[in-house]
Amino acid sequence: MYDFDFANPATLDEAVAALGRGDAQALAGGQTYLPALRQRLAAPDTIVSLKRVEGLSDIEATVDTLRIGAMATHARIARETADRFPALSRLAGNIGDMAVRSRGTLGGSLANNDPSACYPAMALATGATIHTNARDIAAEDFFRGMFETALDDGEIITAVTVPVAQAAHYEKFVQRASRFALVGVFAARYPDGARVAVTGASSGGVFRWTEAEERLSDRFEASALDGLTIAPDDMIEDLHATKPYRAHLVSVMTRRAVEHA
Amino acid sequence: MLDGGIGTATKRREDVRFLMGRGKYTDDHTPAGTCYAAFARSDMAHGRIVSIDAAAAEGMPGVLAVFTGADFADVGSNPAGWLINSRDGTPMYEPKRPVLAHGKVRHVGDAYAAVIAETREQAMDAVEALEVEIEPLDAVVDMAAALADGDNRVHDDLPGNQCFDWGWIEDNREATAAAIEAAPHVTTLELVNNRLVPNAIEPRCSIGEYDPGTGDYKLTTTSQNPHLTRLLISAFVLGIPENKLTVIGPDVGGGFGSKIYHYGEEALVLSAAKRLGRPVKWTATRSEAFLTDAHGRDHVTRIELACETDGTFIAFRTETMANVGAYLSNFSTATPTFLHGTLMAGNYTVPNVYVNVKAVFTNTAPVDAYRGAGRPEATYSLERVIDKCARELGIDPIAIRRKNFIQPDQYPYASAAGLEYDSGNYDALMDVLERRADLAGFEGRRAESERRGKLRGLGINSYIEACGIAPSNLVGQLGSRVGLYDAATVRVNATGNISVMVGAHSHGQGHETAFPQIVADMLGVDPATIEIVHGDTSKIPFGMGTYGSRSLAVCGSAVHRATEKVIVKARKIAAHMMSVSADDVDFADGQFSVPGTNKFVAWGDVALKAYIPHDFPLEEIEPGLEETAFYDPANFTYPSGAYACEVEVDPETGVVDVVSMVAADDFGNVVNPLIVTGQVQGGLAQGIGQALLEQTTYDADGQLLSASYMDYAMPRADDLPTLVVDHSSVTECTHNPLGVKGCGEAGAIGSPPTVVNAVIDALARGGHDVAHIDMPLTPVRVWTALQQA
Ligand SMILES: Cc1cc2nc3c(=O)[nH]c(=O)nc-3n(C[C@H](O)[C@H](O)[C@H](O)COP(=O)(O)OP(=O)(O)OC[C@H]3O[C@@H](n4cnc5c(N)ncnc54)[C@H](O)[C@@H]3O)c2cc1C
Repeated sequence: MYDFDFANPATLDEAVAALGRGDAQALAGGQTYLPALRQRLAAPDTIVSLKRVEGLSDIEATVDTLRIGAMATHARIARETADRFPALSRLAGNIGDMAVRSRGTLGGSLANNDPSACYPAMALATGATIHTNARDIAAEDFFRGMFETALDDGEIITAVTVPVAQAAHYEKFVQRASRFALVGVFAARYPDGARVAVTGASSGGVFRWTEAEERLSDRFEASALDGLTIAPDDMIEDLHATKPYRAHLVSVMTRRAVEHA
Repeated sequence: MLDGGIGTATKRREDVRFLMGRGKYTDDHTPAGTCYAAFARSDMAHGRIVSIDAAAAEGMPGVLAVFTGADFADVGSNPAGWLINSRDGTPMYEPKRPVLAHGKVRHVGDAYAAVIAETREQAMDAVEALEVEIEPLDAVVDMAAALADGDNRVHDDLPGNQCFDWGWIEDNREATAAAIEAAPHVTTLELVNNRLVPNAIEPRCSIGEYDPGTGDYKLTTTSQNPHLTRLLISAFVLGIPENKLTVIGPDVGGGFGSKIYHYGEEALVLSAAKRLGRPVKWTATRSEAFLTDAHGRDHVTRIELACETDGTFIAFRTETMANVGAYLSNFSTATPTFLHGTLMAGNYTVPNVYVNVKAVFTNTAPVDAYRGAGRPEATYSLERVIDKCARELGIDPIAIRRKNFIQPDQYPYASAAGLEYDSGNYDALMDVLERRADLAGFEGRRAESERRGKLRGLGINSYIEACGIAPSNLVGQLGSRVGLYDAATVRVNATGNISVMVGAHSHGQGHETAFPQIVADMLGVDPATIEIVHGDTSKIPFGMGTYGSRSLAVCGSAVHRATEKVIVKARKIAAHMMSVSADDVDFADGQFSVPGTNKFVAWGDVALKAYIPHDFPLEEIEPGLEETAFYDPANFTYPSGAYACEVEVDPETGVVDVVSMVAADDFGNVVNPLIVTGQVQGGLAQGIGQALLEQTTYDADGQLLSASYMDYAMPRADDLPTLVVDHSSVTECTHNPLGVKGCGEAGAIGSPPTVVNAVIDALARGGHDVAHIDMPLTPVRVWTALQQA
C-alpha cells in the first residue's frame, strides 16, 4: 500500500467536498478497493470513507419498490429483503463469504461494475434507478461496459430503487476460483413483461437479453426458451471458459432462472 | 495397549495452540532492530539484464542497502540434490542457481535485486525506484517447443533446453519394446499431469540475524528441514561453517514440499544481516508465493500398456516430459526420475517396464516435489491407462486389477521397475473397498442420479508408493548427494519427564502428539510427560526433516532406537539400585523389578538417580540418562491402497460433483488413527483439487495467468464429499522397528486417477464415448469433451 490521507466525513456534503479535492477515492466496504491498494494498483492522495455518512444504509419498502441505501451490506440486504424480494435476498446471500458479505456494499459493487459481479444483473433486470448525490440514473444508462459506469469523478451513489418483481430468480454459475459469476442470469416477471439480464458473459459487460425477454413476456416458462441460443462472438474468453461455453451457459442459466422464479 | 500409547486416537496436543491463535510462526518473530527486505522481481519471463541503477533507490527514505546479482556473483550455487545421468551416460546439465539473478532473468518473479529498509513499505517503494533495463527475450514455455528449438535457450550454453534424458531401466528398453510389439493388445494414452501451486496457508518468511561479537548467524525460516537448509547454505551457497549457523524452522503453516528447499531469499537475509549488523526480515506476499514457491507436477506423458486379451499385463512403457522450470530446485531432478520411474510397475506382476523421462528447462517457476512427488504422476498415468485398457477389453476395472495384483505369498517382490516391495495385500484392500464403498449398491444410486438428469460414474484405483525416504545406500546409488537417515535424542530429565529432540519437522503432521505415543508405549509412562523438540539445529540432532512420508517410518524409528538405548541404560541403573545384575531386571509398565523377589524401583526413581549418581560405579555407568540414535532404513516402505469415488456429472454444464470418496489404505501399523485419518483426508482434498480445480496456466509469453485466488481454485469444504478413510487392512513393514509405512502423501497420490476414472465412467454410462480429459476436469473441459464425443 502507498501512503494516503484518510477522510472520515459525517455528511454527504462533506464527503462530496472531500472527494472533490485532489486525487481522492471513495471507500465503502473495501472488499474490492483494499485488495487493489494492497497490491499497489491504486495510489490515491485521499481515501474518503463513506462509513460514517448518515442515511446511506437504510432499506425502505414502498408498495412496489425497495429503496436500498448504497452502504447497505450484502449481509444486511440478504437479511432484510428476504420477505419482500427473495430473489434479491438470495443473490446477496451468495456473494463471497461471510466476511465479504459483512463489509461489501451494494453501492460499491455497482460503482465498480465488475463484469462478473451479481448486482448489475439485478439492477438491469429490475429496471432499478441509481440515486447519486447529483441525480437519478436509470440502470439502463448506468452500466457502460466492463468497470465503466455513468458516474462522474467524485459522484457518490446514495441509494438504489428496485422495483419488486412478481416473480424472479438469479441463477449463478460460479467461476470455481473466485466464485464470482462465470455467468449469472437474473430473470424477472413484471406486469408489463419479462426482463432478463446477464452478467459475467459478455465482453461488453452486463447486458439485457432481449430475445429471451420477448419470448418470456409472452409466456414466463422455461419451455418458451426452447431452441433459443445466443451468439458466442461477443462472449468473454479466459482461463475459465471458452466463448461457445459461455454462450451455452447463458441459455442454460436463463432457463434455470425461469424454472426457479 | 497403554492408554495414550501406540494405537490410541489421541487428539493433537499442538492443535490447542494453533486453533487458539497461539502458534508462533516465523513472521511472528521480530527481533529488536529488525529491518525489512523487499525484492525486485522480473515481470517478464525471459530477459537480459542490461543495467540496474540503484542510485535513486539508495537515496529513498529509510533505505539501508541495495543488493543486486553482482553482489553474489562469487558465492556458491544452490544445488540440485540428485545427480541424474542421461541414457548415454552423460551427467545432467546443472545451471548455476544464484542468490539473485545475474545476467539474465528466467521466469516471472525471478528476483534480480533486493532493498533493505527500515520498514517493509519503504523497501517496496525503493524497489519501484530502481532504474532497471532488461532486454526482453522470447520466452521458452511449451516443453515440446523447448526441446525442438535449439536457439531459444533458458540457459545460454544449453541448446535444446534438455536437462537430462533418463531411461529406467535402460537395460529393459529393448525387451519392453519387443514385448509391446508382440502383444495381442496395446492401450495407449497421452495425458498431462497438471502443474500445481503449493499454496501453504503461511507464505514463506525468513529472518536473518548476525552477531558481530561471536560471528554467529541465525536463520529463522519457514522450513520443513532446518538441517538440510543449513547444510545447503553452509556447504554450497554461503560457506558459513555449520557451527556458526543456526537454522530454526518454528511453527510452520503447511509446506506440502514447497518448504523443503533452500531459496535465495534465505541467503539474502543472512548476507544482509551481516552487512548491516541488524536482523533482516522478508515475508512473501501471496503473489510472490504464486510466482516463486516451487510448483508441483507438470508432466506431459505418453503411456502404453501391453496385455493379453484376457487383461494379463505384459508391459508398461512411459515417455514423459517433465518440466523443471527455469532452475533446478533441490529435489527437482529426483522427483520425475527415482520417485516416479521406480513406481511404474504399480501393484502388478507385469514383467516389462520401461520409463523415459526428459527433463526440460522452461521460463517458468522451478518445479519440485509436491505432496506425493513423482508417485502421483506414476499412479495417475498407470491407473488411467489401466482403466482405458479395461474399457477397451470390456473387463471390469476391479477384475483387471485383481488379475494382475502381486499376491501376498510373493513378498519380498522384485518389481520390474527396480524396487523390492517388502509387504502388501492388495486383494485384501480391494475387499475392504468393495465393502466400505458399497459397490453392490452402485447401480441403484446411478439410477437415482439419472432420474435427476445427472450422469453418475464410479472410479476405481489402486496404488503403491515408495516412502519413508529413504535408505541412504539405495538413494546414493540412485544419484542422491545426501544421506536420508534421521535422528532422535531421548533425554530423560531428573524428575522423570522426557524431552525428545527429533530431526523431523512438524508442520501439520502432528509429531508433537504421535512421537510421545511411541516413547510412552515403550516406557509405560504418561505421554503427557513427554515433549517433542524440533525445528532448531542448535537443539536437535542432525536429521533430514520431513517430506516423502518419512517422519514416522524414519525419524519415528530413530525415536524407537534411542528409547531402546535409554531402557538399556536405565536397566543398568535400576540393577545398581537393587544390587542385582542388569540381566535379572525386568522392565514393564514403567517399573523395574526382579522377578521372584519383591524388589522394584519406579521409573522416576531411576531417572533421579541418573542425575544424582553419588554411589555410581563410574567405570560401568555414566551419569545421566540421554541417548541418541541415527536410523537409516534398509529399504523404502511401501504403503498401498484401493480407492473408489462416485461422481455426478451435469451433462448440460459439465459440472462434476464428487459425491463419495472412499480410501482403503495399508499403512502398516498405525500409531495414531486420528492423525492418520486427518492426513489421508487432507491428501484426498488436495487430490480432488488437482483433479477438478487447480489449473496453473502460463501464457505463451510466460506470464502466470492463474496467479491469485481469483483464478486459481483451491478445494474448499463444499467441493468435497464426506471422505471415508479406512486403514484397517495392515501388512507390517518388515524392516523398521515400528512396522509402519507412512501416510502423509497417500491421499494425494490415490485420488486424482480415481476421480478422473469416475468421470470417464459417468460419461461412458451416459453414452458418451470420451477416452480421456486432462486435469483439472473443469466444467468447460467436460462440456467441450461432451460436444466433441
Ligand atoms: C472473496 C470475495 C468474493 C466476492 N464474491 C463476489 C460475488 O460472488 N459477486 C459479486 O457481485 N461480488 C463479489 N465480491 C465483490 C464484493 O461484492 C464487493 O464488496 C463489491 O464489489 C465492492 O463493494 P465494496 O463495498 O466492498 O466497495 P469498495 O471496495 O469499498 O469500493 C469499490 C469501488 O467502488 C467505489 N465506491 C464504493 N462505494 C461507492 C459509492 N457509494 N459511490 C460511488 N463510488 C463508490 C470505490 O471508490 C471503489 O472504486 C467478492 C469480493 C471478495 C473479496
